[in-house]
Amino acid sequence: MTEGVAAPRPTTRLERFWHSTVGKKVVMAATGLIMVAFVIGHVAGNLLVFAGPERINAYSAFLHGTGELLWLVRLVLLAAVVLHIISAYQLTRIDMRARPIAYTTRDPQVSTLAARTIRWGGVLLLVFIVFHLLHMTTGTVHPDFVPGDVYSNVVVAFRVWPVTLFYVLAMAALGLHLYHGTWSAFRTLGLVRPSAEPLQRRGAAAVAILVAGAFAAVPLAVALGLLR
Amino acid sequence: MDVTLRVWRQRGPSDPGGIVEYPATGVSPDASFLEMLDLVNEGLMARGEPPIAFAHDCREGICGACSLMIDGIAHGPMAGAATCQVHMRSFSDGATITIEPWRAAAFPVLKDLIVDRSALDRIIAAGGFVTAATGGAQDANAVLVPKEAADRAMDAAACIGCGACVAACPNASASLFTAAKVSHLGLMPQGQPERSRRVIRMVAQMDAEGFGDCTLFGECQDACPKEISIDVIARMHRDHMRAVWFGGEERAETGPG
Amino acid sequence: MTPLDSRVPAGPLAEKWDRHKFEMQLVNPANKRKHPIIVVGTGLAGASAAATLSELGYRVQCFCFHDSPRRAHSIAAQGGINAAKNYQNDGDSVFRLFYDTIKGGDFRAREANVYRLAQVSGNIIDQCAAQGVPFAREYGGLLANRSFGGAQVSRTFYARGQTGQQLLLGAYQALERQIGRGAVEMHPHTEMLDLVVVDGRARGIVVRDLVTGRIESYAAHAVVLATGGYGNVFFLSTNARNCNVTATWRAYKRGAAFGNPCFTQIHPTCIPVSGDYQSKLTLMSESLRNDGRVWVPARIGDARPPRDIPEDERDYFLERKYPSFGNLAPRDIASRAAKQACDEGRGVGPTRLGVYLDFADAIARVGAQAIRDRYGNLFDMYERITDENPYAVPMRIYPAVHYTMGGLWVDYNLMSTIPGLHVIGEANFSDHGANRLGASALMQGLADGYFVLPATIGDYLASTPFAPVDTSHPAFRAVEADVAERTTRLLGVRGNRTVDSFHRQLGKIMWEKCGMARTEAGLTEALADIPALREEFWRTVTVPGSGQELNQALEKAGRVADFLEFAELVCLDALHRTESCGGHFREESQTADGEALRDDAHFAYVAAWEYAGEGTAPVLNKEPLEFETVHLSQRSYK
Repeated sequence: MTEGVAAPRPTTRLERFWHSTVGKKVVMAATGLIMVAFVIGHVAGNLLVFAGPERINAYSAFLHGTGELLWLVRLVLLAAVVLHIISAYQLTRIDMRARPIAYTTRDPQVSTLAARTIRWGGVLLLVFIVFHLLHMTTGTVHPDFVPGDVYSNVVVAFRVWPVTLFYVLAMAALGLHLYHGTWSAFRTLGLVRPSAEPLQRRGAAAVAILVAGAFAAVPLAVALGLLR
Repeated sequence: MDVTLRVWRQRGPSDPGGIVEYPATGVSPDASFLEMLDLVNEGLMARGEPPIAFAHDCREGICGACSLMIDGIAHGPMAGAATCQVHMRSFSDGATITIEPWRAAAFPVLKDLIVDRSALDRIIAAGGFVTAATGGAQDANAVLVPKEAADRAMDAAACIGCGACVAACPNASASLFTAAKVSHLGLMPQGQPERSRRVIRMVAQMDAEGFGDCTLFGECQDACPKEISIDVIARMHRDHMRAVWFGGEERAETGPG
Repeated sequence: MTPLDSRVPAGPLAEKWDRHKFEMQLVNPANKRKHPIIVVGTGLAGASAAATLSELGYRVQCFCFHDSPRRAHSIAAQGGINAAKNYQNDGDSVFRLFYDTIKGGDFRAREANVYRLAQVSGNIIDQCAAQGVPFAREYGGLLANRSFGGAQVSRTFYARGQTGQQLLLGAYQALERQIGRGAVEMHPHTEMLDLVVVDGRARGIVVRDLVTGRIESYAAHAVVLATGGYGNVFFLSTNARNCNVTATWRAYKRGAAFGNPCFTQIHPTCIPVSGDYQSKLTLMSESLRNDGRVWVPARIGDARPPRDIPEDERDYFLERKYPSFGNLAPRDIASRAAKQACDEGRGVGPTRLGVYLDFADAIARVGAQAIRDRYGNLFDMYERITDENPYAVPMRIYPAVHYTMGGLWVDYNLMSTIPGLHVIGEANFSDHGANRLGASALMQGLADGYFVLPATIGDYLASTPFAPVDTSHPAFRAVEADVAERTTRLLGVRGNRTVDSFHRQLGKIMWEKCGMARTEAGLTEALADIPALREEFWRTVTVPGSGQELNQALEKAGRVADFLEFAELVCLDALHRTESCGGHFREESQTADGEALRDDAHFAYVAAWEYAGEGTAPVLNKEPLEFETVHLSQRSYK
């Protein structure tokens, strides 16, 4: 005999939202898109390094000069990261419980490497972000950090090849994360029209390649001696 | 043709189960996959051994009873087909074929390859309907349904409730199943009055059954014997957000329904 | 047994149903929940009845052997559902649908039932549309229609090639709504194995929980059987593999008369048999005959590929024999014509048991895309099964058992000869007479479930005093013991032949001797072969496993054991009816040009067979069919 279904207990809209997998997923998508916007802005700024020390240092000075606005952006980003991680963690727990016994044989048909590695890629990115903040923002782990001199900080940092390698690997992970994340965020938020080929993700591919490529260009340029 | 089967055998819900190998010899390439299993079972039973239990009924891809993970692919190698529509000509002579049941916490194995999919029924019971008690309907042509809406609703309504989407999803998510019904009814004018209530309740039931979330792997769409598009999931999410944030607050039901 | 009382109300045909609804007793709304009702089966009839009875306030317990009520075989109906809406302005009316159905059934159905069916047909479409069934639409948003065999008006509503599925999902969703509210107690994976009759009234059923194997009893004030047809007595049929006669056969053995068991329908457009391994036949929707032309080579033994056979060496035999209906001739006629062509040696394909269904002309006329839009899924299905592309080469089709018009005899209130036992949908002997028209099964199932039974069952419940009976009553113990004994017997034979091998052999006997053409000699042979096979079954069958577990071999064995008894009744009925009518073609009774020759003087009746005990010939009861409105004519589709 099948049991009836329990009527959902009355709750607030927020609770109803957050307690559903759809709601958590929407939080992931929305916070993800905030971070996509951030990395696009970040990488655009990074490219100023190729215009010479004056331009990039001036840009840095301008950002630091915005005062409260900078902190507001940082707070929004921090909130996005925290929510993104909490929902990812909770959803992953739900997903692991949803299939306690694995298949002995599994033959994925259409899922991408990016989709299948998004969780571990996310963990790697978290490690990277912490390192990156200590490295380039606070300078804690930087060998010769000079507040305000972004150009020299960058050039000095990437003369250490393991650091360059780590950055490039992290950017590869970022590219994969963006490739699946950007595409799926729009679908999760329902911001798509019915499509004959719903699995195509050309826009996400462009974002992933451009952003990851441009980020990786800086450490690689230093390593190759193009920036000195 | 001859093939070797590696089949999941499990005596009952609490038996740990395991893979057992069986040869299937002299199979016609024109036989269906299930007819090949019939043949193996005939051999087993003639020796007094219990046959491999598997769910099946219509054998024409519409009832949704059949449910096998064949070589790691839900419903086997043929696109847009249920297991019963797969023919042996899709396999090469001498192949080894692994057959497992659908795997999900919400689909406990009952025996061998048969799983309990009543969770899907409970998702429908939670809201996958239009409340229209028999008798009160107006003339069918009184409500116009644009052809495009009817066609898209039909695309979604084609779901046979087999659970392949859950089986194929790395997260064991029932999003495609749930979203197909949300979309079918949400696209029809008749489904509008309950649109918010429906999606909230169905998603809540889906979650309560212990299915995973949708990471948009896309595997469900590929496994679906009716080729239902993951577009319906985007639609369900849209409906869900709209319902949660802007839908009417649900009040306690009064009187008979 | 008391003489069969059809309980057809008096009065003019068009007023009978309304009048009857008024004259029937009603159950007070507050009292409805005091009446438990058992519904067995969740196809169109069962699901719609269970949902509707629950909406009315009755306490419904619903059973199906599937894992979900949504899997019943109604789901496989492709083509459509008829309704006398006259949306196409082509001259349709309730009376025309009634007349077409009576005529299509070769005047072997009850006028009043068929008229009521036509009357409620429009309400069905309204109800289903209100449930959100995605019927095909015109660009303006109105409902689309197509034509179907046996009618010259376009009255068939459809949802792509999946009409049965969509209608069933509508009923299933209505049922799930009631289950979700806690108003219907649903028992999936539960098979009815016997009926419990207390003081002459149906008061419950004994079931087997197919997962645990437990034998359980359920008591109620009324039992509704909606357990479908028995086409699988032929082994190969278009029915789902698990369709069976067990529920109705058990009820028959408890006293319910079985009506016209020999009326079986052979559907003309199925994919031909390809080999011995075959487990079922696949139907291609009859709607294909709207655009496909049926032909065979004119010359016997012409084995050229179809495209090499010039136009003037082809025989479009349906168009030739039946110029006014052509390829849309009714199913029985189209099937028999195909069989004749193959019997003459003009069949096509590897087995020579097939005829072409050719779309070349239609593709030339409207383009391949238009044909793909209309039949794409059917063409895909054909290609998947046969590995041939029907856009390029003609399809091959052959008739196959598809539907059974016979079933438990019911009166106008859909109640069997056991008071309290109601039978609806394909399970009853139905409104289709000796042949069912396309797109009428869905109509009848839903008419019974949504509109007829919910009205008539109230009359029985309101007018019957119910002694308190629950499952502790000794009658339940006795039936449970019977069921357990039978299961033990099946498991205890421990022979060496599988259940399927018996089923296959039975099917062969039935198809050859009681199939599309029947003779006295063949039927007499069958009546000797079947008991011999049954005897062998009980001596040499093997059923591995136990009764206390999920045991598909045991389930199947029980069903085949019943088929082995039931087949005899089919042949007996076929033997006694020496006329040809509808799907029942006796070679001894045909016109000079090979058409079915009815014998109204002797056979204008429903044959209702009554069980008389093991080893005793069943008793034939006759319900004369009185035709007050239609004139009995020899059916002609020329």
